[in-house]
Amino acid sequence: MNNLITSTLNQPNVIRHRKWRMIKDRIAKHSMTFGGISIIIAIVLIFFYLLYVVLPLLLPASMKEIQAFPIPLKEYGETVYLAIEEKNVLGLRITEHAQAIFFQTRDGKIVLERSLLPKEIKVTSFAMANAGSHVLAFGLQDGRALVIKPVFKITYEGDLRVITPEIVYPMGEEPLTIDDRGQALTHLDVQLGDEENTLIAVTADNRLLFSGFTKTVSFFDESVNIEKVNSELALQQAKIEHLLLEKGQKTLYVADDKGQIWHIDVTDKTAPQILQRVRVVPAGLKITALEFLTGDISLLVGDSEGRISQWFLVRDEKNNQVLTKIREFHEQDQAITSISSEERRKGFLATDAGGKLGLYHSTAHESILQVSISAGPLTRAVISPRADTALIEDKEGLLKVWHIENRHPEVSLSSLWGKVWYESHEQPKYIWQSSAANSDFEPKFSLTPLMFGTLKGAFYAMLIAIPLAILGALYTAYFMSPSMRKLVKPTIEIMEALPTVILGFLAGLWLAPIVETHLPGVFALLIFLPLGVLGFAYLWQFVPKQHWVSEGWHSAVLIPVIILLSWAAFATGHSLEILLFGGDMRQWLTDQGIDFDQRNALVVGIAMGLAIIPCIFSITEDAIFSVPKHLTSGSLALGATPWQTMIRIVILTASPGIFSAVMIGIGRAVGETMIVLMATGNTAIMDFNIFEGLRTLSANIAVEMPESEVNSTHYRLLFLSGLVLFIFTFFFNTLAEIVRQRLRRKYSSL
Amino acid sequence: MNNGWWRSGEPWIWLTAAAVSISVVVVGALLSLIAVRGLGHFWPKAVMEVNYAVDLKNPNNTVRLIGEIREIESVPSTRVPEIKTEGEWLTRYLIKTGNRDHLGLDFRWIWEAQLSQTPSYPENIIAVERREWGNFYGYLLAIKENGQIVSEGENAWTDLSERLKRVLTLHQETVHIEKFEIGKINYELEQLRLYQRRLELANAYDAVKQAEIAQDKTELEHSYRQLADTLVIRYQDMQRDSLVAQIMDGREVEIPLSKIVRVYQPNAMSLVEKSGFYLTKVGEFLWDDPREANTEGGIFPAIFGTVMMVFIMSIIVTPFGVIAAVYLREYAKQGFLTRTIRVAVNNLAGVPAVVYGVFGLGFFVYFIGGTLDQIFYPEVLPAPTFGTPGLIWASLTLAILTVPVVIVSTEEGLSRIPSSIREGSLALGATKAETLWRTILPMASPAIMTGLILAIARAAGEVAPLMLVGVVKLAPSLVVDANYPFLHLERKFMHLGFHIYDVGFQSPNVEAARPLVYATALLLVAVIIILNLTAIAIRNHLREKYKALETV
Repeated sequence: MNNLITSTLNQPNVIRHRKWRMIKDRIAKHSMTFGGISIIIAIVLIFFYLLYVVLPLLLPASMKEIQAFPIPLKEYGETVYLAIEEKNVLGLRITEHAQAIFFQTRDGKIVLERSLLPKEIKVTSFAMANAGSHVLAFGLQDGRALVIKPVFKITYEGDLRVITPEIVYPMGEEPLTIDDRGQALTHLDVQLGDEENTLIAVTADNRLLFSGFTKTVSFFDESVNIEKVNSELALQQAKIEHLLLEKGQKTLYVADDKGQIWHIDVTDKTAPQILQRVRVVPAGLKITALEFLTGDISLLVGDSEGRISQWFLVRDEKNNQVLTKIREFHEQDQAITSISSEERRKGFLATDAGGKLGLYHSTAHESILQVSISAGPLTRAVISPRADTALIEDKEGLLKVWHIENRHPEVSLSSLWGKVWYESHEQPKYIWQSSAANSDFEPKFSLTPLMFGTLKGAFYAMLIAIPLAILGALYTAYFMSPSMRKLVKPTIEIMEALPTVILGFLAGLWLAPIVETHLPGVFALLIFLPLGVLGFAYLWQFVPKQHWVSEGWHSAVLIPVIILLSWAAFATGHSLEILLFGGDMRQWLTDQGIDFDQRNALVVGIAMGLAIIPCIFSITEDAIFSVPKHLTSGSLALGATPWQTMIRIVILTASPGIFSAVMIGIGRAVGETMIVLMATGNTAIMDFNIFEGLRTLSANIAVEMPESEVNSTHYRLLFLSGLVLFIFTFFFNTLAEIVRQRLRRKYSSL
Repeated sequence: MNNGWWRSGEPWIWLTAAAVSISVVVVGALLSLIAVRGLGHFWPKAVMEVNYAVDLKNPNNTVRLIGEIREIESVPSTRVPEIKTEGEWLTRYLIKTGNRDHLGLDFRWIWEAQLSQTPSYPENIIAVERREWGNFYGYLLAIKENGQIVSEGENAWTDLSERLKRVLTLHQETVHIEKFEIGKINYELEQLRLYQRRLELANAYDAVKQAEIAQDKTELEHSYRQLADTLVIRYQDMQRDSLVAQIMDGREVEIPLSKIVRVYQPNAMSLVEKSGFYLTKVGEFLWDDPREANTEGGIFPAIFGTVMMVFIMSIIVTPFGVIAAVYLREYAKQGFLTRTIRVAVNNLAGVPAVVYGVFGLGFFVYFIGGTLDQIFYPEVLPAPTFGTPGLIWASLTLAILTVPVVIVSTEEGLSRIPSSIREGSLALGATKAETLWRTILPMASPAIMTGLILAIARAAGEVAPLMLVGVVKLAPSLVVDANYPFLHLERKFMHLGFHIYDVGFQSPNVEAARPLVYATALLLVAVIIILNLTAIAIRNHLREKYKALETV
């Protein structure tokens, strides 16, 4: 018999079959292990992917030299203007004698050179309009000025890109007369608009000239007609060193040799007004560089000790525009020789006389990078339109091309979490405002109001949810009759499955108007419900004994009472309103200085509270229900009332479970998106007022993510919000889970 | 107060009981609110006619109003000082007057005090559902054929239904031609263009191919022109009839029948007719495409999109969840690491859904989708194929979101299977894989089912991540159609939950859209509650079953 079995088992086909089964087993084991581990890794990947997208925000900027060559045609004279075009292929140098030299940034090879003015005309000053417009002007010895604009035309020959430099003359090839007396123009500034154009100049005999040119194109023959208005201001002793006209052509800033800036209103070119004169550098120092930040709102003042300060007009209490110092950078220690603003961001670079170059960002208040470029002084530098290349000229006659890797300068600890003084605001504020209509816009990336809104929403939701859920769980787990519990538990758990989009929709479109109309009723409900229930309970003891109620049917008896009380609260709410608030509680609130929005934190609190009640309820209920029976029986046997047992024994034992329920509830409230999105106005404010709205991190992601440009700072910041939410909820959930596991072990040991 | 009663703790017990009652009342109230509003939407409402004073100071200057009462509201009289009244509350009505194209707005709030008479409900008022401009209310005057009046008064109404039937048939035909036949040609033309571009990129676009493509193109264009001609004729046919009706301000308005979906006399309908109408409307709601920026018509594309998304998600999530759970429970060495993983997986279920959306957009759409496009669809670039939100990415994102649910549920099921069963199987000589496949998994299948159902319920209600990875307010075509490869995973789709958000909050005419949102919400709630109840039922059944096993 035994042999028979062995021989059958040892037949070759059986052995083969057995081997095959073993192989299958091993395959199954390995593939399961592999599959299981890879799925778990895939889940964990979420965290690392979020981190991977966020990380570039934290990477430091870097710069490296790509090329250095002698200044092209140095013998033609000093540089007054350097530029680099969009694609970083061509550079432009304009000399003090109005010669334009276009060269390749790769090797300094000259592509085109042009004299913009005849040799015999002497240039006495040079001006540059704002960085993005590339409009330049030369002031001449005879009181005239020539406006030019270098243009880089991009054409394609097949797949090959060809960039052709060109000079255009927006105001005509003939210089415009600025000074009727024919004095040399020692300083000049220019701004061109669609029709209005302004040139400001200082003459050799120290007069400040204002000239407005209105350009009109005739409809009939498209001929250009230029009309001129002008006025002048005698400057007496003051010696002007810098002129800066903003692109709106309404405000002029003039820097003198004593370190003062004059703020002049030039809205009317015939009657300019000096509004303010303010010292912008410490006594004894000079203004060595003066430039606008992109947008022409902020002034950047570089002084002879390497400080750079940012100034802009701030409205004071008397509604006057006052030039105010906003922030200062002091990273360099030699005189600032030039400042070049980025065209599309609020960043800039500055060169100093010690051969150093500094890279800054104004909103972030951060000095991003300091690089030593050469041993001798740097004379000027310019940053490319895409802010990825700098062209730097030094005193020794070298022109250097540096690559800049600085993708997210807007982000710093202070710009994300601190108060920031944004352009055109009266004081430092927390603002989230990411959308940009144009490149002048200063993105406001303060996460604080979003964080605040998140916590505010969660707070009001917990305020509603905690009492209802925990008290309800106490009753359900401990006092309720089992047959009723079987009905109630699933009913409340069903609510957990209710899509939040539906709660949000009801909150926004149904509840919010009701709360607005019946505001006193809502508050009356808070008083009526507990008092009414207590009153009913007091009366109930006089009702002939109903044993089924004391055996755990209180809730069922209370349902009609609650409905009745709610109805009563809303019905009398208005009488209370007349009694206490003069008939209109909303109006009364507004009179007290409390703003009221229809979609406010109260509505969010109620809706989100409802959404998290089931979650807190079921965990608490589980914790209380699984308190070992011998503990409670012992307590009752010793003569404690059920309520004393509840308070002294059950709650104490189950408190870690209740704690973990609250933690999980907070996690859910913080991450909830749709309810907040629909039930509030989504305004990012920093006000804890229950009658005002809020904007949470999650709703912000849902609103802005689809429109966010991939890999931009905004995109990465939204990922950062996601990461913050992830870590936050993960932390709370883990905490809750650990506490719960401890509790379970404790119960099993009891 | 009775001190003993107070000290007994009885009042506190009543208070805790009240918390339960409140929660139950709220759940009940919410569900019934949605049910009543959602179901009530389809019932034909009476259309009233009444004169009202536009300006309260001048009660004699009245205007005729025809419309449905949509809402009745009580406002404390103290807030409206301009109305003198004794009562504490004032009543105001939201009246849907329709005729947006003629009156400018289709809703108006009117105080009860403004009404100068009791409203009447004339039986011959007609309500017209139109393809554009919302509902129309008025009195039918005449029917015109090619601009000539063919019937008037009483006859007009009987005549109308015949003619309307004809136009509706024509309309169906044109829709079929436009959507399916022309749509197919357009799709093929696009494929041809892409084929050509692909050849160009591969430098294989030679004379032979050129001729081939040109010929195909001509054929397609030819049939396109034929269809377009048919369409023109159909459209002319449809334009033949029109009706003339008088609106509330006395103007006579002509409406081409081709713009009409349905005409009825709400005040003249009997209960049976109303019920029939109700069923038709419910059917339309479930099976038709939306009209008028989603505020009218049906939600079929949203239902279909939701179902497809959930379906694909289930196909992905089930094996993933089951494999991970089996690994954790049956293969992995139980220790600190597995415990940590278990906690982590559990907690992932608590991570906000919108975070998954962010991940899905960045990783699936831009990273994986973008890469796929570069490798497989270079001819379409720079227009993205998979590098843009779409069905597959939404399904994948939700699969990741719900995989913890399946893992947890499956693990629970596995842990409930008594080890005696495993040991028995192994003792009989089965390998571990065989034990797993033949005994453990079949026994755990109800648990897997429960996990899957819970996952589906969660996925069907989730909106926030979908807004980032593939949902749109109006998808031009369904994800499944008659063009190869039939299932278009890269397309964007519509979703019930997003539909609620979009129509309720982004719609230009929220007032008109609101009833539809309630109906949509009702449908979504019903589906999710049914799914959850099923899951609970399966779970309970499962527990009973294993209880029985343990006692054996």
